[in-house]
Amino acid sequence: MNSFSLKDRRCFLACRSHRWPILATFMPLAGCQPAVLDPQGPVGIAERTILLDSLAIMLTIVAPTIAATLAFAWWFRASNQRARYLPHWAYSGRIELVTWGIPLLTVMLLGGVTWVASHDLDPAKPLTSKSPPLQIEAVSLDWKWLFIYPDQRVASVNRLILPAGVPVSFSLTSASVMNTFFVPQLGSMIYTMNGMSSKLNLLADRPGAFRGLSAHFSGDGFSDMHFEVHAMPADQFERWVNATRNQGPKLDEASYGSLERPSSNVAPFTYGDADPAIYDRIVTRQIAPAPGPPPVAGPSVINLTRHGR
Amino acid sequence: MSDARTATGIDPYQLGHQQRHKRQYNAEHASRGLASKRIITGYGFWIFLLSDIIMFAAFFATYAVLSSATAGGPTGRQIFDIDNTAIETSCLLASSFTCGLASIGAERHRDSWFYGAMGITFILGATFIGLEIHEFAGLVKQGAGPERSAFLSAFFTLVGCHGLHVTVGLLWLLTMTAQVFAKGYRADVLRRILCFTLFWHALDIVWVALFTVVYLIGIT
Amino acid sequence: MFGRLTWTAIPFDQPIPLAAGGVVGLVLACVLGLIVVKGWLPYLWREWITSVDHKRVGIMYTVLALVMLLRGFSDAILMRSQQALAFKAPGYLPPEHYDQVFSAHGTLMIFFVAMPFMIGMMNFVVPLQLGARDVAFPTLNSVSFWLTATGALLVNISLVVGEFSRTGWLPYPPLSELTYSPGVGPDYYLWALQISGVGTLMTGVNFVTTVLKVHAPGMTYMRMPMFCWTTLASSLLIVGAFPILTATLAMLILDRYLDFHFFTNDGGGNVMMFMNLIWAWGHPEVYILILPAFGIFSEVVSTFSRKPLFGYRSMVMATMVIFVLAFTVWLHHFFTMGAGADVNAIFGIMSMIIAVPTGVKVFNWLFTMYGGRVVYSTPMLFALGFMVTFVVGGMTGVLLAVPPADFVLHNSLFLVAHFHNVVIGGVLFGAFAGYNYWFPKAFGFRLHEGLGKASFWCWFVGFYVAFVPLYVVGLMGMTRRMQHYDVPAWHPWLLLAAVGALIILAGILLMVAQLYVSIRQRVALRDQSGDPWDGRSLEWATSSPPPAFNFAVLPNIEGEEPYWGVKECARKQMHLDNEPRYEEVEVPRNSPTGFVCAFFATFLGFALIWHIWWLAAVSTLGAAATFVAFAWRDRVEDIISAEEVGRIDRANRRARMEALTRMQTQAAE
Repeated sequence: MNSFSLKDRRCFLACRSHRWPILATFMPLAGCQPAVLDPQGPVGIAERTILLDSLAIMLTIVAPTIAATLAFAWWFRASNQRARYLPHWAYSGRIELVTWGIPLLTVMLLGGVTWVASHDLDPAKPLTSKSPPLQIEAVSLDWKWLFIYPDQRVASVNRLILPAGVPVSFSLTSASVMNTFFVPQLGSMIYTMNGMSSKLNLLADRPGAFRGLSAHFSGDGFSDMHFEVHAMPADQFERWVNATRNQGPKLDEASYGSLERPSSNVAPFTYGDADPAIYDRIVTRQIAPAPGPPPVAGPSVINLTRHGR
Repeated sequence: MSDARTATGIDPYQLGHQQRHKRQYNAEHASRGLASKRIITGYGFWIFLLSDIIMFAAFFATYAVLSSATAGGPTGRQIFDIDNTAIETSCLLASSFTCGLASIGAERHRDSWFYGAMGITFILGATFIGLEIHEFAGLVKQGAGPERSAFLSAFFTLVGCHGLHVTVGLLWLLTMTAQVFAKGYRADVLRRILCFTLFWHALDIVWVALFTVVYLIGIT
Repeated sequence: MFGRLTWTAIPFDQPIPLAAGGVVGLVLACVLGLIVVKGWLPYLWREWITSVDHKRVGIMYTVLALVMLLRGFSDAILMRSQQALAFKAPGYLPPEHYDQVFSAHGTLMIFFVAMPFMIGMMNFVVPLQLGARDVAFPTLNSVSFWLTATGALLVNISLVVGEFSRTGWLPYPPLSELTYSPGVGPDYYLWALQISGVGTLMTGVNFVTTVLKVHAPGMTYMRMPMFCWTTLASSLLIVGAFPILTATLAMLILDRYLDFHFFTNDGGGNVMMFMNLIWAWGHPEVYILILPAFGIFSEVVSTFSRKPLFGYRSMVMATMVIFVLAFTVWLHHFFTMGAGADVNAIFGIMSMIIAVPTGVKVFNWLFTMYGGRVVYSTPMLFALGFMVTFVVGGMTGVLLAVPPADFVLHNSLFLVAHFHNVVIGGVLFGAFAGYNYWFPKAFGFRLHEGLGKASFWCWFVGFYVAFVPLYVVGLMGMTRRMQHYDVPAWHPWLLLAAVGALIILAGILLMVAQLYVSIRQRVALRDQSGDPWDGRSLEWATSSPPPAFNFAVLPNIEGEEPYWGVKECARKQMHLDNEPRYEEVEVPRNSPTGFVCAFFATFLGFALIWHIWWLAAVSTLGAAATFVAFAWRDRVEDIISAEEVGRIDRANRRARMEALTRMQTQAAE
């Protein structure tokens, strides 16, 4: 599949597809520029601002330090006859006051920024928006992602469809080992852990296609544990839901049981009828944690060397 | 040290040792020199005990976190036998006292005193271990073994780790007694006895914390 | 009979580990064969393997670190080349192998390169700097070393027999639990670290006691060289942190072996507790590594600026503040767990506060150079390279300590670049500076300067070429530990990073060449004076290599920089102090306890990994018996006669007098 060009993107917006499988043609996307520095939502934008501000604050002290290191080392080189030699000079109260003072002041400033920003950008904090948030429940499995839309009663594997401009409230858990849910262009990542439900709030400003991935190593199939994120206009999202519902397999305990078995590089697909209670049953371990590889000693337990699409 | 090389330093940091207290410092140093082996050994063993107590702290913290994670299994109140534990506690406390007597006996080179006190210490320590094993076996028999729940895993590990220490202490006790028998009250043997008594007392202190945190709080 | 161990444990179907293991085995066999054929074994046994001399132990630690550096770096080359090739392609390492490679790389580099390198420097230098004859517990010191070597051996055995852990350098459960890692990989990791961890803990105990209790008369705390202070802080951190690691790994072992439920998904286990515990050790560990490096840089910068260290009191205070704060910041390793804004913010700010004493240190090195006469020797180049590189690493570190920034950078290659920035730019540069700086003290001849400088420039440039691209791909959202990927934008940067790794490889090869050439040219590079750099602390007061007893007569210290004071005085008056009256010296007797104990520990570890219970029992008994036998011996010290001490010291004095005369004639010219 070719990389996603501007033209494709315009086409993507223009074609107003009524059928979601067409989306499959607009695959590996984004990643053309530093994703973290090219955020597409308020969370990511705020985090980029914090990142750059902190960097600027620190550079005001780090850059002169590097310059002074090089300058001192050069000027006071042994062969420089013009440099003053102070063989016993090793103490100056005033300079020491400055050497403690400057880092302290910098850290106080940065600490203030951190305190405010940590509270503003707490992943669990709901985003302020006119529209009510969309609930999505995400489950990390070995080695794919399951996204359940409890209110819409649909679910999607390895593809996350979002309405643009609508805040999304994620609840996240893991069927087996730890993973991290991360869409670099939308902002904050968060761990998924078995038996626990993490909270994350994100928002995509505009329609677009992004790359999502697991940011915490989770075993042999980890490298293929990325997913597509499609943010689309609200009406299109509605159409996607309608087109998906009652199409394809049903997500219940039985089908979840076969899904949770280790597999990787799974092509995206949807469940037309998702049991909205299944997420809670996973979190509370009423559905047992997913099994690992078969208990055999030695390497090469599962063959994962399948590549390409 | 009278004709030792004197290394006269400069005072670049303006700490002012030399100007202000030169005489006083010299007098102090002349009397100091290297610490004695007994002090070095004891000091080092204290540092080791510190690290051991930190390890216990990690197990205590784990126990505190997991004490409610019973996973449908029994709780502390249902399984703790406070009478058994009270006997264990008194055994260990008494053994600490007799262990102290043994170290005095060793310092004074008094055979009967040393062997007698070590013997009683061993019996008390072995009783403690016996009671603990009895308790553990009973729990496992009633299906409350460490694999039952996280709470029981933490309980068995914390208490078992202390029990393992006491067992090692008993083996050490036997070794030291044999060594005194074979080598007499030599300086290095006495240093080891010092370390052993420190170890034994430290186990007592850990047990007091353990008794309080696990058993006393557990049954309330 | 052999537990889980069968012929299937040896990966006959996988050429890469088999070939790598074969090569390592062949090299080992060749070295052993050479030793036996040349009849060096008795010498090695007598002078090195059973030696309890802190200098010998220190050198053996350093050798272990250098050898493991080669092994760990070959893993790095594998990783960089795999990621360079694996764009929309499988590369040449399948995941189950690649995962072992990055796990082994991290484990080896932290535990068996950085740790032994730093501990080796501490061993060699600290007693000399304190004016002492040895560490507090010499035999224990040897035990510590050999247990560390056991750990390294076990990790390397996993290359051929079975597999290594596939969970990363920290075994995060539940991935590391039996359910999700049924193989022996995590067991290799766990037992290697438990065994070497005991050794490290004993080193910590030993050095706290040494620095606080074993020093020359008059060596008060505020007169100790900076390296002794940082050793003290680092050892205190070991004493405070390693028991937590031992406890945590013990819990994981119990989970895996006896079906306990500390960190399992079922039975009420708690994964978050593992993260808290492992980082309660893991963050202090960072400072255990970097503080001795800070000490080395303090010595090097001061010596090669021909000036005392600037702001000694501030340096001491900064070191101890770092020591205390190191225990208060662990949560910044998992801001993305969702602990809540208050907790995240507090730990973020605490982490930044550590940057204050660290910044003070950088400024003090800066002002040490001010008004100095800076000599660009190899150690000084590493120190300068460190100062420039480390502030960048510190800056990206503080960036990661800002929780909202961490939310988009955590676990990315940006993080990988950051910690390599501080570990290579800080710890490793410090180790190399110390290696070049103290080598002439250890062996009596210098290392080749030209090759040393060339290796520095390769390391320095190679570091930037290898890791700046990782900062960039981190910002592009690439996470660590990816075996393959399909994002075109990442690919060129990863190719560039592979080039950087090759430049570093050149640096390593130059270091090997430097060692080889220096040994060949040792006569030309000979240093007779014992003080090749015009040093300032006591280790330069004795001959090179120092005699077994270090100092013929313990120096009586009456000021800061005592050796400098003696030297100034001698230079002014143009003669040395009067010859002292020599007395006989007791030195600790050699003992095979450490080696024998580690021999049993190796079998114990191997037996436990493969569930060979009878062997485990036998090995435990053997190790215990070794200690009892050690306790039973009657002679614990050898005596060196006063004549012998005098003979050695007079030679040293002659060499120094010659150096003084040379200086006089030079001044006259």
